[in-house]
Amino acid sequence: MEFFKIRHDIPFMRHALAFNVVSLVTFLFAVFFLATRGLNFSIEFTGGTVIEINYEHAADVEKVRKALDARGYNDYSVQNFGSSRDILIRMPLKTGQNNADLSKSVMEGLTADDKTAKLQRVEFVGPQVGEELAWNGALALFVTAIGIVLYLWVRFEWKFGVAAIIANLHDVVIILGFFALFQWEFSLPVLAAVLAVLGYSVNESVVIADRIRENFRKMRKASVTEIIDNAITRTISRTIITHGCTQTMVTSMLVFGGPALHYFALALTIGICFGIYSSVLVMAPIVRWLGIRREDLVKPLKEKKQEAVI
Amino acid sequence: MNRYPRWIYVTIAVALALGLLYTLPNFFGEAPAVQVSTARTTLKIDSTVLGRVEDALKKAGIQPTGVFLDINSVKVRFADTDTQLKAKDVINQALNPDPQDPSYTVALNLLSNSPAWLAAIPIIPARPMYLGLDLRGGVHFLLQVDMRAALSKQLDSYVGDIRSQLRDKNVRHAGIARESNGIAIQFRDSETRDRARTLVAEQFPDLQLADAGADSELRLIASIRPEAQKRIQETALKQNIQTLHNRINELGVAEPVIQQQGLDRVVVELPGVQDTAKAKEILGRTATLEVRLVDEDAMRSNSTINVDVFPERRRDGSVSNVPTRKQVLLTGDRFTGAGATFDQHQQPAVSINLDAAGGRVMLGVTRENLGHLMAIILFERGKGEAISVAKIQGEFSNRFQITGLFTPEETNTLALLIRAGSLAAPMEIIEERTVGPSLGAENIKKGFDSTIYGFAALSLFIIAYYAVFGVFSALALCSNLLLLVALLSMLQATLTLPGIAAIALTLGMAIDANVLINERVREELRGGATPQAAIHAGYERAFGTILDSNVTTLIAGLSLLIFGSGPVRGFAVVHCLGILTSIFSSVVVSRSMVNLTYGSRRRLERVPIGNTSWK
Repeated sequence: MEFFKIRHDIPFMRHALAFNVVSLVTFLFAVFFLATRGLNFSIEFTGGTVIEINYEHAADVEKVRKALDARGYNDYSVQNFGSSRDILIRMPLKTGQNNADLSKSVMEGLTADDKTAKLQRVEFVGPQVGEELAWNGALALFVTAIGIVLYLWVRFEWKFGVAAIIANLHDVVIILGFFALFQWEFSLPVLAAVLAVLGYSVNESVVIADRIRENFRKMRKASVTEIIDNAITRTISRTIITHGCTQTMVTSMLVFGGPALHYFALALTIGICFGIYSSVLVMAPIVRWLGIRREDLVKPLKEKKQEAVI
Repeated sequence: MNRYPRWIYVTIAVALALGLLYTLPNFFGEAPAVQVSTARTTLKIDSTVLGRVEDALKKAGIQPTGVFLDINSVKVRFADTDTQLKAKDVINQALNPDPQDPSYTVALNLLSNSPAWLAAIPIIPARPMYLGLDLRGGVHFLLQVDMRAALSKQLDSYVGDIRSQLRDKNVRHAGIARESNGIAIQFRDSETRDRARTLVAEQFPDLQLADAGADSELRLIASIRPEAQKRIQETALKQNIQTLHNRINELGVAEPVIQQQGLDRVVVELPGVQDTAKAKEILGRTATLEVRLVDEDAMRSNSTINVDVFPERRRDGSVSNVPTRKQVLLTGDRFTGAGATFDQHQQPAVSINLDAAGGRVMLGVTRENLGHLMAIILFERGKGEAISVAKIQGEFSNRFQITGLFTPEETNTLALLIRAGSLAAPMEIIEERTVGPSLGAENIKKGFDSTIYGFAALSLFIIAYYAVFGVFSALALCSNLLLLVALLSMLQATLTLPGIAAIALTLGMAIDANVLINERVREELRGGATPQAAIHAGYERAFGTILDSNVTTLIAGLSLLIFGSGPVRGFAVVHCLGILTSIFSSVVVSRSMVNLTYGSRRRLERVPIGNTSWK
């Protein structure tokens, strides 16, 4: 089986400007939504209490609200979670409120109404923890970005490092933009997914950078544009097959993983889809504009190369 | 060209065999079990307990499928839950004749069903993966220790110490006051201040002193040295952890986890516990230690009127009753420390520190009751036990010693018991996670399903697309899964739902290496290379790329591991390990299969890697 019978190099670089405009616009949209709507942080970051309750029959959200009102709570949200029989109650942190007893009091109120209410999960996060998590998350993102740039700099050239990280941070911003636009819950697993995507998308850039380096050695007479076009064309089948495979796994998580893995898988999906686009069509033009030359990549490796050919 | 030296095959075979061995326990599932652990700090679990459990079960005609003894507990495995429940009652009755005052905690637990020889493997026993709370259900607490309160308590006790020292040495001061971060001592003239400075510096090396004020308003400011602060905080944390251990024993949890996190936090994980309210109540209790005077009249007349009677375990094992007065002189929260030491005659002793308020009480009590008996009572499960009955031999306040016929081991135990009854610093729950057991089971199923279905779909596609090489790739992916699960089992890393997601994701990403190789082989074939050369070049050329791309993924994984917490860390551990196993399996294992199959053929006409005939 073979999906990609591409006989001539596709002139990706001819349309580089168009691609870059598209990604710039998407990027700006993402930034716009992040700025105007902001992320819907989970209680892990904001602090607060989440209570998940399971009923034997479809849960009556209105009744739950009434029971909570009766107990004197006001600033809460109740919604179905996963199925119609499960509900999720979210409560913000409040000064003076005994958070430790909150879940107990809520459960007392709900079981009085309906005996089948069963506590599935409680999560309480105090204010000290939330701030720390947000800070550590940002730090993890920063360290990853720096680490990747440094590694690519050492292995290839600083131009690749810079181009790859611009391309892939652009993915990260777009994932965050989606989460801001649809107000999906941004939780710790989502953060993990974002960082995993960052590492994964860089794979793309590495594969293409490798090819560009190889082409500089092999295609002595070709122009930089031809070399980049050839590198992308020859790796495009691998790019799509790999992403398809990874996406198969992620789709399976999306379908079978239930609500706990839903946003995690969603973040991965967006990351994988945009990862193909950005590392191929954003990274390569940036490398070209940064002025990559044959001498940047080939010279130091020439000696070694000759030894290797027997 | 495509042959591996024999040692590589041997290495791979050994790795896979080990992988299989350590993955094995995960297939056996878990069986219901009963776990017996000690409910008292003074009782130890040993083979006699094991014997009693076995006897009790034999008498009741219950046949266990396995009995195990380890340092902290006796575990008995049963065939089904009914037997387990019956056995729990039987064991409970046999070990705890008085249900009001149980000596042992008898808890339900799950034990791995895997054969004993797997767990008996030396160095690294083969055990199933350790499931996190989100998979098995239970409660997770993160407690923050209030270190400022610990230091403040310490400063309070210094105030009393300094005051009595100055009085003893006849140094006249104009008042001692506690300030926010230190102690201020007022003086009228600088000569007295100099004397006081020398005295305090000599007696309290943990304090640093600074002069302040002028003229007749001279002051000496004492504060705790940074290194002493650090020490106080460390001891406070240790003491709190010890106290938590003792309290959690009351809950009857099979495998509680109590760990220090960072400098001032404690993680408590109670698998299987559903009653969070009770757990919180027990964790939050402050004092379980009481100091009372012994009622000596009642002791002589054996009367029990108007006294509380507590048992005291003697060194010879006998138990005597100690009648005490109803009045509680001190509670555990007044204790700031207890340690094993030696008295002036070089005899083992236990030194005790109280805070300022405790010291004042003690001074009054000892002055009035010189020569009488004082008892320290430790409450566990609401039952008191006199852990020390000692004669008051002098007037003292917040620092004193308990001496007597001790061995160093006994002083250690007593100091531990006293520390256990008091929290060194208040704690606050700053994070709580409760997961019901049904949700845990559901999470396992969901995580497992997504991995299996994704894996199956992925393998089918890869086989259809790359033909025989696809089969190699799929098998390499299988070995990746095997090695990853084996590694997780060996390290006993906690597997969480995000961890399962990481297994799935890692497999989905690991296929990248095989796709790279296979595409490269195809490309070489199209370029006119001979089959053997194409395979060789495909693997050689792809390797550099695979390494680079895995390193970048690893960078992201490691920074998640370093900065992540909770669910993210569970993800990161699996992700990082998965990257390591995937390099090995997708490059070395798949290559070895290719080499074994095609490497020895002189004339390889074509490589079954899908369609490469188009130009």
